[in-house]
Amino acid sequence: MNWLISDTWTIVIGSLCAVACALPGALLVLRRMSMMGDAISHTVLPGLAIAFLLTHSRAPLAMFIGAAVIGVATAFFIQGVQKLGKTESGASMGIVFTTLFAVGLVLMRQAVDHVDIDPDCVLYGAIETAGTTWQYITLLGVTAPRAVFVNGGAMVVNLVLIALLYKEFKISAFDPALATTLGISATLMHYLLMTMTAATAVAAFESVGSILVIAMFIVPPATAYLLTDRLAVMMVLSAVFGVLAAVFGHVAAIIVPPWFGFEGTSTAGMMAVVAGLLFALVWLASPRYGVLARMYHRLVMSMHVLCEDVMGLLYRLEELTDTQPATMPVADMTQALVARAWLVRRALGSLGRQRMIRRGDLGYVLTDAGRDQARQLVRSHRLWESYLAHYLRLPADHLHDPANRLEHAHELADKVDVALGRPETDPQGKTIPSRDNQ
Amino acid sequence: MNQPTANPPRTAAADADRAVPPARMASRGVTDDQTASATPVAHTAPPTGEEHPRTAPLAIHDMTVAYDRKPVLWDVDLNVPEGQLVAIVGPNGAGKSTLIKAALNLMPMVSGQVLIYGKPYRKQRHLVGYVPQRETVDWDFPVSALDVVAMGRYGRIGWFRPVTRKHRRAALDALERVEMAQYAHRQISQLSGGQQQRVFLARALAQDAKLYFMDEPFASVDAATERAIVRVLHELKDAGRTVIVVHHDLQTVTEYFDYLILLNMRVVTHGPVDDVFTQENLRMTYGGRLTLLSEAAQLFTQQSRSPRVD
Amino acid sequence: MARINTSRSRLRSFTARRPKRGALVIAAALSMSAFTAEIAAAPMQNPKGGHSIADTGFTWPTVEQTVRVLTLRDYNTRIVVMGVTCLGLASGTVGTFLLLRKRSLTADALSHAALPGIGLAFITLVLLGQDGKHLPGLLAGAFIAGCLGVGCILIIRHTTRLKDDAALGIVLSVSFGLGVVLLTIIQQMPVGGQAGLQRFVIGRAASMGARDAWVILICAAAVIVVCAALFKELQLLCFDQGYAGAQGWPVIRLDVILMALVTMVTVIALQSVGLVLAVAMLIIPAAAARFWTDQLMRMTLTAALIGMVSGYLGAVISALQPRMPTGPVIVLVCAAGFGVSMVAGIRRGMVVRVWRHWQLNNRVAMQHLLRAMFEQYESGTTPDRAFDGARMIQPRRIKVQFDKLLPKRSWTAAELRGIAATAVRRGLIHRNDDNSLSLTDAGGAQARRVVRNHRLWETYLIHYADIAPSHVDRDADQIEHVLGRDMVDRLERLLSEQLPPRTVPPSPHGA
Repeated sequence: MNWLISDTWTIVIGSLCAVACALPGALLVLRRMSMMGDAISHTVLPGLAIAFLLTHSRAPLAMFIGAAVIGVATAFFIQGVQKLGKTESGASMGIVFTTLFAVGLVLMRQAVDHVDIDPDCVLYGAIETAGTTWQYITLLGVTAPRAVFVNGGAMVVNLVLIALLYKEFKISAFDPALATTLGISATLMHYLLMTMTAATAVAAFESVGSILVIAMFIVPPATAYLLTDRLAVMMVLSAVFGVLAAVFGHVAAIIVPPWFGFEGTSTAGMMAVVAGLLFALVWLASPRYGVLARMYHRLVMSMHVLCEDVMGLLYRLEELTDTQPATMPVADMTQALVARAWLVRRALGSLGRQRMIRRGDLGYVLTDAGRDQARQLVRSHRLWESYLAHYLRLPADHLHDPANRLEHAHELADKVDVALGRPETDPQGKTIPSRDNQ
Repeated sequence: MNQPTANPPRTAAADADRAVPPARMASRGVTDDQTASATPVAHTAPPTGEEHPRTAPLAIHDMTVAYDRKPVLWDVDLNVPEGQLVAIVGPNGAGKSTLIKAALNLMPMVSGQVLIYGKPYRKQRHLVGYVPQRETVDWDFPVSALDVVAMGRYGRIGWFRPVTRKHRRAALDALERVEMAQYAHRQISQLSGGQQQRVFLARALAQDAKLYFMDEPFASVDAATERAIVRVLHELKDAGRTVIVVHHDLQTVTEYFDYLILLNMRVVTHGPVDDVFTQENLRMTYGGRLTLLSEAAQLFTQQSRSPRVD
Repeated sequence: MARINTSRSRLRSFTARRPKRGALVIAAALSMSAFTAEIAAAPMQNPKGGHSIADTGFTWPTVEQTVRVLTLRDYNTRIVVMGVTCLGLASGTVGTFLLLRKRSLTADALSHAALPGIGLAFITLVLLGQDGKHLPGLLAGAFIAGCLGVGCILIIRHTTRLKDDAALGIVLSVSFGLGVVLLTIIQQMPVGGQAGLQRFVIGRAASMGARDAWVILICAAAVIVVCAALFKELQLLCFDQGYAGAQGWPVIRLDVILMALVTMVTVIALQSVGLVLAVAMLIIPAAAARFWTDQLMRMTLTAALIGMVSGYLGAVISALQPRMPTGPVIVLVCAAGFGVSMVAGIRRGMVVRVWRHWQLNNRVAMQHLLRAMFEQYESGTTPDRAFDGARMIQPRRIKVQFDKLLPKRSWTAAELRGIAATAVRRGLIHRNDDNSLSLTDAGGAQARRVVRNHRLWETYLIHYADIAPSHVDRDADQIEHVLGRDMVDRLERLLSEQLPPRTVPPSPHGA
C-alpha cells in the first residue's frame, strides 16, 4: 500500500465534514428529526440544478446559496404539506423530498450539455479525488484542497453557532413549548437548525455525496447517544465517532478490497459502513445502554438475588432447627430454591469469597457476618409480608411470592417498619428480626 | 390498626418452601376470616378448580402485571359473577385499564392465570367483546361508522372472506341499538366524541359476545351518549351478558352497576355494589397509602435500567 | 320501525354503490392481461423498427410521433409503459396501507437497504458462474436485504433508546454506504454487465426488457391478489391494532405480510425509478387519493389509478421528450397529481375546506346580524306589542340605522355592509329608503329562532354549568351556531321549568 498526500487530505476532508455534520446531527437525533436531515440532504441536487439554471454559471457561491435555500425550502414545504394537506409528517417528508429530487434529476438531464455535475457524483461524492493537486486553492496564505476550506468553513460556522446558542438549542430541543414561553422562538430555532443542516449538507455533498451525508448526520450522534446523557458530551462524542469513521473508512477502503484481489473501493461508502460498525460496537458494548452490559447486569442482578436467597434459606434453617450454625447440603439448597445447580454453585462460591458462608461438614453454614446480612434480608422479607397483608390485604398464601421480590429492596425495610408501627411478628406469626443483633 | 391482627398457625415449610398447597389451603382459611373482620367482603377464589367455577365469565387468579419490571398490579384474584354489570373503579394510575388489557392478553403478565368461562382466553376469544379507549385509534382513518362496526364481525367472517351483506346488516342493527343508524355512512372523523364512543360500543355489540370489556366508555361523552350506553348496558344485562366497565365517576356507580371492583394496584375489595360501596372501602382505595410499594417499584425500575455502582 | 326501514334501504343502496373488493382484482387483471397479450405478441413485431425511449431525438415530437407513442405502437415503448403502469398499480394499492399504517418512511429505508442485497446477489451469481444480470436473482437478493433492513430497524428500536427516525436513518445510510462499496468493487470484476447495476440507484426504465416487464407484472399481480384477499384484515390492522390483537388476529404476522408486500413493490420499483424515488411511488398516489374519498376501498382504487396513470403518462412523456428520464418524470406526474388533489380533492382538498370554512363564517356572521337586528327590535317595542304568539308583529316597523349595528359586534363597516347585502339578497332584511334596515317577515322568523337558541343555551350554561352570567354571552356565541334540531329540543325539555315554551326567552343578562 502506498500512502499518498492525497490520502491524507482525504482523511482531513472526511474528518472536517464529519465534525461539521455531527453538531447539527446531534440536535436532529435528539429532536427526533433524523429523517428531516435525510430529506434535506436529498434536495441538494435540485438546489444545485436550479442555481445553475438561474445563474448560468458554476460560481461556487451561487451554487451554495441555491442548494441551501432549497434545503430550507424543503423544511417549509414539508410543514406546508403537513398542515395544508393534513398529511402525516413522515408521508409529507417522503412526498416533498422525492418530488424535489425528481425535479433535480430532470433538470440535471436538461442541463447536461452545459454543466459537468453528474448525478452519480452528487449521490456518492468524490472524496478520493478531492485531495488531488488540481483541486488545490490558496486562501489566506494556506494552500489546500478546496474541499478542506469548504468543509472546514462549515465546521467553524456550526461550532460558533452552537457555542453561542448552546442553551437556546438545548431548551428548544428538550421542550419547544417551554422555550417559547421563555422568549426563545422555537420556530426560529427550528429553521436555524434546518438552515445549518442544509448548509452543512451542501458543503459536504462534494465529499461524501448527498445520500451519505445522512450517515454523517445521524449515525455518529446516534452512537454517542448510547453512551451519554449530556448534550455537550454527546456532541463531542459524535464528532469523535465521525472522525474515527472518516479515518478508518478511508483506510479500510484502501486496505480491505486488496484482500480479495480488488484495487480499492468508495471511501464515502466505506465511511458510512465504518460508522455503522462503530454503532454496532457501541450498541453491543456501551457500559450503560449496551446490550451486553444489560445482559451482564441482568445476570449480576439475578446472581445477587440468588445469593440473598441462599443466605435467607440458611438463616431460616437456623431458626427452624434452633441451631447455630445449621448446615445444608448443596443438593437440598438447589431443590429448595428451584434454581439450576450450577447457578447455585456459583452463588455459593461468590458468598464464600465474601466470607458470608463457609463450608461445614455436610454443606454450607453462615458465618457471623453472613448471619447479620441474612437477618436483614429475612427482616425485610417479613416486614414486606406484613405490609402486603396489611395494606394490600393479600391472603396469607399469596404473600410469599411478592414479598420474595420486594425483600431485595432492603433500603426501604426501615420505612416499612415505621409505617407498620414496628411489628414483632409477621402474618404467619414468625418473629421479625430486629435491625441490629440483639 | 397498624399492627396486623391474627397470627395464623405456623406451618414449618411455608417460609422456606414456595408452594405447598395443603399449607396454603390451611392458612387461606384463617386469612379469610381475618380479612372478613376488617372489610365487609371476604376474599374468594383460592387456586383450585372447584372455587373457580366453570360458569364464571372471568376468573383471574394470582395475576401480577408489570410495565418494564415495574409492577403495576399486585396479585389480582377475583371471580366475576355472570350476568352482571361490573364496574372497575379506582384512582388514576391504579391499573384499571391494565387489568383489562392483561386479561385480554394485550399485555404480558408476570404471573397468574386468566380464565374466561373456565378456559384460557386464547380459546374463548369469540365470547369476548372489547371496547378500547377512544384515543387509541386515528379517527381520520378513511372508514365510515358502518365499516368500523363491521369490524366486530370480522372474527365470524374469518380469513380472506369479504364482508357480506348479512354482516353489514348485523352491523347496522348494532348501530341502531346505539341510536346511530342515521350516521352509518359518515366518515368517523365527522362524528362527535360521544358518537365515536357509540360506534365503538356498536362494534362490540356486533360481535355478539357473552362477556364485554369496556375501557372508560363514559369518559368525556355527552349526556345522550351516556344514556345510550346505559341503556345498552341494561339490554346486555337482560340478555344475560356480563359487562366489565372501567369507570371513573363515583357518583354514578351505584346507579349504573350491580357489582363493583375497587382497584388500586391491587383489588381492594369486590362484591355487589350495595355491600362494597362504603366510605371505608373508598377511603382505602383512594387514600394514597401505598407510597412504599411505589417506591419499591421505582427502585426495581432503576436497578433494571442501569447497573448498580457498587 | 319506519326509521329502520329507511336505514335498511339506505344500506341496500350503499352496498350497491360500494366498490367491491373484486373490483380491485378485476381492474388489475384487465389492465394486466392487456399487457400480457402485448408481450406475448411482441416477438412477431420488428423490435428495431420505430421510435423507442432509449434513443429519443432532440426535436419536438410531431403529431404522428405523439400518436404512435400514446397508442403504444412501438414494442420498446410498450414494454416500458406496461412495466411502469403495473408498478404504479401495485404501488398505489400497497402504498395506501403503508400510508395509513404511518410507516411511509420505512419504505425509504427499505429501498436503500436493498442496494447491498443487489450487490451481493450479483457477486454470488457471478461466483456461481451465472449471468450476474439475472433479474429475478438480483431482486431476490434485494428482497432478502430489505427484510434484513426492516429487522435491523426493529432491533434498534426495541433494544436502544433511539427512536424510529434514528433507526431508519441509520439503516438507510449505512446500507446505502455498503451498497456503494459493493458496487464499486463489482465495477472491477472481470465480467460484463456490472454497469447495469447503476440503474438500480437512479432508475433507468428505458433499459427495461421484456423479461424485466414479466417479472414486474408477476410481482405486481401477486401483490394485488394478496392485498385484495387480505383487504379487511389489513384495514383492521391499520385502523385499530389493539382491537385486532384482542380479537385474536395475528397482528405481528399481518404486519410482516404488509412489510413484505412493501418490500416486493420497492424491489420492482428499483429498476424503473431507482431507490431514492421508490418511496415516492408508494406514498404519493396514496396520499393524493386520500383527498378524494373517505372510504378505504375507494381510496385504494383511486391510489392504484393515480399510480397507473402516472406510470403511463410518465413513460409517454419521457418517450416523447428528449432527455426526460422516465423514473423522475413518473414521480413528477405523481407529484402533480398530488398537488391537484391537495387543492381540488372533493373530500379533504384545500378548496373544499376553505369553502366549508367560509360558509360557516358566513352563516355565523348572518346570525349575528339577525340577532343584532332582533335585539334592536326588542328594545324598540314594548314586549306586549312585539309578539303575537310565536310570530313577530310587523318586524318592518322598526328601522335600524347602520351606525347602531356597528358597535354591536367587532365587525368592520365593510364586513357589516357585505353581510347586510347578502341578507338583503336573501330577503331576510329590507333596506328602507333612508338607508336604514328592517327585518322582513322571513328574516324576523329566522332571527327569532337564532335568538331563541342563543338564549336557551345561555340559560342552560347559567343553570347547569355554573358560569357567571357575564361570561355566558361569549360561550354561548360559539355553540349556538352549530346547535342541531335535536339539541334544541333537548335544551327545551331540560329548561321547560325555567322558560315558557316556544317563545323567545328574555336575555339572561337582564337587558
